[in-house]
Amino acid sequence: MAFAKRTFDAVVVGAGGAGMRAALQLSEAGFKTAVLTKVFPTRSHTVAAQGGIAASLGNSDEDNWHWHMFDTVKGSDYLGDQDAIEFMCRKANEAVYELEHFGMPFDRLANGKIYQRPFGGQSKNYGGAQATRSCAAADRTGHAMLHTLYQRNVRAHTHFFVEWMALDLIRDADGDVLGITALEMETGEVMILQAKGVLLATGGAGRIYASSTNAFINTGDGVGMTARAGIPLEDMEFWQFHPTGVAGAGVLITEGVRGEGGYLLNKNGERFMERYAPNAKDLASRDVVSRAMATEIKEGRGCGPEADHVLLKLDHLGAEVIEKRLPGIREIAKKFANVDPIKDPIPVVPTCHYMMGGVPTNYHGEVVAPVKTGPEAVVPGLYAAGEIACVSVHGANRLGTNSLLDLVVFGKASGDRMAQFIRENPNHKELPKDAGDITRARLARLEAATSGERVQDVSNDLRRVMQLNCGVFRFPDLLVEGIAKMREIAERAQRTYIVDKSNTFNTARVEALELDNLVEVAISTIVSAEARTESRGAHAREDFQKRDDDHWLKHTLWWKEGSRLEYKPVHLKPLTVETFPLKARTY
Amino acid sequence: MRFSIYRYNPDTDEKPYMKQYDVALEPADKMLLDALIRIKSMDDTLSLRRSCREGVCGSDAMNINGKNGLACVTRLADLKEPIELRPLPGLPVIRDLIVDMSQFFKQYHSIKPYLINNEPPPETERLQSPEERSELDGLYECILCACCSTSCPSFWWNPDKFVGPAGLLTAYRFIADTRDQATRERLDDLEDPYRLFRCHSIMNCVDVCPKSLNPTRAIGKIKDAMIRRTV
Repeated sequence: MAFAKRTFDAVVVGAGGAGMRAALQLSEAGFKTAVLTKVFPTRSHTVAAQGGIAASLGNSDEDNWHWHMFDTVKGSDYLGDQDAIEFMCRKANEAVYELEHFGMPFDRLANGKIYQRPFGGQSKNYGGAQATRSCAAADRTGHAMLHTLYQRNVRAHTHFFVEWMALDLIRDADGDVLGITALEMETGEVMILQAKGVLLATGGAGRIYASSTNAFINTGDGVGMTARAGIPLEDMEFWQFHPTGVAGAGVLITEGVRGEGGYLLNKNGERFMERYAPNAKDLASRDVVSRAMATEIKEGRGCGPEADHVLLKLDHLGAEVIEKRLPGIREIAKKFANVDPIKDPIPVVPTCHYMMGGVPTNYHGEVVAPVKTGPEAVVPGLYAAGEIACVSVHGANRLGTNSLLDLVVFGKASGDRMAQFIRENPNHKELPKDAGDITRARLARLEAATSGERVQDVSNDLRRVMQLNCGVFRFPDLLVEGIAKMREIAERAQRTYIVDKSNTFNTARVEALELDNLVEVAISTIVSAEARTESRGAHAREDFQKRDDDHWLKHTLWWKEGSRLEYKPVHLKPLTVETFPLKARTY
Repeated sequence: MRFSIYRYNPDTDEKPYMKQYDVALEPADKMLLDALIRIKSMDDTLSLRRSCREGVCGSDAMNINGKNGLACVTRLADLKEPIELRPLPGLPVIRDLIVDMSQFFKQYHSIKPYLINNEPPPETERLQSPEERSELDGLYECILCACCSTSCPSFWWNPDKFVGPAGLLTAYRFIADTRDQATRERLDDLEDPYRLFRCHSIMNCVDVCPKSLNPTRAIGKIKDAMIRRTV
């Protein structure tokens, strides 16, 4: 199998918020850029973000980036890197104003400024009263942002490769990244795309859980590519379970519902969050609310005939607020839960939502990995931004509305850094002789297999194991058992076959290749989770219920080779301000 | 449940055909997309697009019992058997339920679907009153699924010349935006026997839009704006 080759200055993998923001920098700087995407850009999963984008504009109430930074550090349960967090929070206002200038249709206040609503974990004055920080376009902020970024890229003549799936990174003996292999879905052709810089912006991988708010496309393709290329993955044990997924369906109901004044009830009609978070109540951080809900359900105070969910009440907000600020939620509740929230509460459960870990980067978007001289040497030519990246601004738990901010701030920063790198390295390095071999082996195995495991069966089993063995609460015996089961599943994934061997838009082949990526994400998650014997943020161990800063104030690094773990220090020193010291985390 | 699904793979099939599937559904299979995923797990040769499964990405538009819609937000309980599924009408079929949407996006791109404002932006946001902003409601929410344009006879006849309901809805989204300064150029561009005026208010677009948007009304407002500027 010889692969045809095409050559670019830059390749961006993924056309969600981060990929498109980076692409804009590269296109406007005049570089020959290819943006690959499995789906048409406006179908990327950023489109499903609802509640808002965080920035301390102070349009409704006093605010500043120091407070935002404190909340983000605290929300991360002190695992976030304070240099990156300062960088993001300081850039937030500029990033939001820029989106507005691009034409993003934010809601407005009476004075014409951008509308902001309260969200979980946002405070004034370093842990004081609730702040009002999330800039919103009704409950369709991600849709408004993604379409605006696509539109701006149309204006900049960005070259999109629509319905192309990236398969593997190409690295040479020096460890430099020189391009990727990719599959054009419509024709089935596999090509080498050579580039001076490659940005991974493939988003999350929430499809490793049976119950997930994530789209079908969120299979962690860039995460798998990174792992197969011998680069470690960081903090993979930290997965956010969003408190309010529609029970049974998994579809997201924005935290903005609670931001606008909605709250949760158990079967006794009790507003139970008052017990778990006396100050912030329903607007405590997501990990705190999800654990409280899981505890209510576990202790028999769940609702419905199976006592397996709780209720999100918002009818008291009134029809006008719901129709104006939460119209998408009303539509979702009617379609997926058969209730009209103007009259009835929505049945909800904690649902896998966001990957805090991912590909280790610095705040310039450069991928970093340990070498002999230190824990964070730059991998030349490789960048990552958005949910795939572990910068780490979210640490052990992400605050709502910080993700859209992460996309545009680090999308832009990585685009700028790539542009600088390409200017300094104007010539392509020669591709190694083995370029494309990993991909060739994967495709050859799949094409030769005429019997074996069905892709759907293996991926469904993978999702079930992750759900049962590595969920909201983590038990030592279930983690150990889960690792053994995941090893079996990984073996089975090597024996999959597809009936369809044709070339034109073969989605069976795409799903089989995606499974390879899901496996890397799932194994790295459960192995990292089993090793971390403390509870921090979204990682809650039944046998180690406290945060243990003496032993575990450090980032996990996992390598595919030998499923090996190492650790590296958290960046406690911000860029210009004083360190926020470790504190017990209460809401 | 019984399904009849349009199948065509140019690699292996001389011509398209309808394939019958009898599927035992699980209680959790509530939406049409759930059933399609189940069918695909039995027959991996069936190809379709899908992603968010909640009606916001616009991937899984198809013709469902004769009417365009999104599989992920169409309840199985509301469908008459056998459920007949075909690719969106009027666009070339790539394979099975997957159509070539190039023509649709070409028309979308033709209306300059981005804010045009050549003044240097202020340090903070450009101001817009809530009333001005509300002019964009019912316009900006389009998900580019193409249900509307591919149900429009005018688009079927002239897909290369008529912008179609989705593109025109977005054209009006920018005309209606107080921050956009290119209203005159936008109206000039649309003042053409085909680009705008092939719309004959058949209103299929309104009938099928999964987001309950009203392209016909937006088109009417573009026409009003044209009339206003001539008097």
